[in-house]
Amino acid sequence: MNMANSVEIKKLDLSFGSIEVLKDLNLDIAEGEFLVLLGSSGCGKSTLLNCIAGLLEVTDGQIFIKGKNVTWAEPSDRGIGMVFQSYALYPQMTVKGNLSFGLKNAKFPKAEIEERVARAAEILQIESLLNRKPSALSGGQRQRVAIGRALVRDVEVFLFDEPLSNLDAKLRVDLRVEIKRLHQQLKNTMIYVTHDQIEAMTLADRIAIMRDGKIMQLGSPAEIYDLPMNKYVADFIGSPSMNFIQGDIKGQYFTIGDHKIPLKNYSAKVDLNDGQKAWIGIRPEHVVVGEAAQKSDYNSTITADIVEPMGADTLVWSKFAGQPFRIRLGGTFPVSSGQKLHIGINASSVSLFDLQSEERL
Amino acid sequence: MTDVSASTLKGPSGPKPKTVFSSTNIMIYGTLLVVCLYYLLPLYVMIVTSLKGMPEIRMGNIFSPPVDVTYEPWVKAWAEACTGINCDGLSRGFWNSVWILVPSVFLSIAIASVNGYALANWKFKGSEVFFTILIFGAFIPYQVMIYPIVILLRESGDGITNIIRLFDSDASKFRLMGSVWGLVIVHTIFGMPILTLLFRNYFTSVPEELFKAARVDGAGFWGIYFQIMLPMSLPIFVVAMILQVTGIWNDFLFGVIYTKPDTYPMTVQLNNIVNSVQGVKEYNVNMAATLLTGLVPLVIYFASGKLFVRGIAAGAVKG
Repeated sequence: MNMANSVEIKKLDLSFGSIEVLKDLNLDIAEGEFLVLLGSSGCGKSTLLNCIAGLLEVTDGQIFIKGKNVTWAEPSDRGIGMVFQSYALYPQMTVKGNLSFGLKNAKFPKAEIEERVARAAEILQIESLLNRKPSALSGGQRQRVAIGRALVRDVEVFLFDEPLSNLDAKLRVDLRVEIKRLHQQLKNTMIYVTHDQIEAMTLADRIAIMRDGKIMQLGSPAEIYDLPMNKYVADFIGSPSMNFIQGDIKGQYFTIGDHKIPLKNYSAKVDLNDGQKAWIGIRPEHVVVGEAAQKSDYNSTITADIVEPMGADTLVWSKFAGQPFRIRLGGTFPVSSGQKLHIGINASSVSLFDLQSEERL
Repeated sequence: MTDVSASTLKGPSGPKPKTVFSSTNIMIYGTLLVVCLYYLLPLYVMIVTSLKGMPEIRMGNIFSPPVDVTYEPWVKAWAEACTGINCDGLSRGFWNSVWILVPSVFLSIAIASVNGYALANWKFKGSEVFFTILIFGAFIPYQVMIYPIVILLRESGDGITNIIRLFDSDASKFRLMGSVWGLVIVHTIFGMPILTLLFRNYFTSVPEELFKAARVDGAGFWGIYFQIMLPMSLPIFVVAMILQVTGIWNDFLFGVIYTKPDTYPMTVQLNNIVNSVQGVKEYNVNMAATLLTGLVPLVIYFASGKLFVRGIAAGAVKG
């Protein structure tokens, strides 16, 4: 891992009055990386993005872009381009005016402005729209123009602030793919803020899950999904979310009342103490049924309360050890409410968290 | 099958028929008509009277249309009516008012729009306090400030004279008190609270992301103001212009206090014509003079009424 860092954030603090939004935040983003900042509203992800863009003054700490300390630099001098949730296209200017505004402010010669606008328009396939006003564009076209505004300036880092939140579900999926394609084509560093875990999982090289101004976990989508470092991350990622049941670690077993789940296939991060109280986290899609249940580490029988068929898969709401329990089955699995189900759990796919600290065990 | 569908269509179907002469309609339109007449009657009387000669007025039928239409009173009101020793009619007052109006409207809107923009988008430490103080200014009665402003204008005029005389010792005295420029300054200052409030609220409703995008694109304070905000805010500028034009044109108090007879605005001159106690009361000339004075705000309203409504409503709808 000897890649140059594109963006480095060191000991960043940001407070509004007495409210601390970001606390001692450190983050290194590699050249060409697609990093997603994921979190629920109010976690500080957009604030962090605004700090990187220079639209908010930091209370303490430093920001480096391409090795240069830009903590005090103006937004336009940082080598960043930003795409906003509302796209923020200048309504009185044509698409061409929107694209060239930044270049005109930077006093580029006319010929070069023309050339750069033409190139960006070609990459984004908006050549035919150059003389239109933003009000005459569709949502997808507006987004492309917004990206183009960053593109013409030849920036080092693209910043996206929830760019798909304003669109309907179908268009969102299309444009998500388009952003990914653009990243593969341009190979710029991109920082993308979202509260949508599907967007995060599909787009990111690495995801930073944030809560209360801190990064809870930073890792690839697979790491975050398979090995959540704490209960919050485990709960946040995955839909429907993970089942959590409280119990005790006794020897090689996790016991919940009468249920004893063997843990010999669980790869623990720390030594498990006998008698330790803990949470077990089981993803609904990791619960197996039918023949596979027989072969699993532990099996039991539950009753399906509510069945929600969703086409590709079916959700079953049930109870396990007296606790609410969700299972996700294939769409073709025959199940109806009231039916008894034989389920199996594999220790290799569960997560254990300390009861107090909620950190992974 | 057709029989069945025909039978299901019996009874009420489609839109409910409306009766034009329902009692509700008669009440509503009747009331509107009466109110309309009530408000338009004085205007009608003014117009017909201004078109009559004095003998016809003396006959006393104020509602009857003119038998012999004459434009003499209008000409006299504009060009010949006497105030004191000047007998050049309202025309002088009209041009005085124009010379007061144009710079006052321009200056007050230019300053207030930048104020509002700064208070909405470039918040600084204490900007909210500053704004509150400014709004508070809108609630102080004008009368309280009349005499202090007289002193301020006189003293600052003297101050400017002293500065000019540093460079040119023979320069004549520079006066703010009693001059058009003094009045322009007064109008600009008194327009500040309400106009700043108007512009600040409008600029606050402009999405903040637009402002951020412009900063990322490298535009500064004036760049964003002139290239992004100004082109987006035509309706609110029209509203501000209408408020200021009507307010300043109709102003009497400041005009009579801070100027002198040579530079009296039209309203003051109208008063002097209508309220003169010497000679015969020429009602037709007075009516014509009043209509002439009211013409400017009226034209402004008719020309930009639609934009005015749109601007007032603009805060509620996002662009």
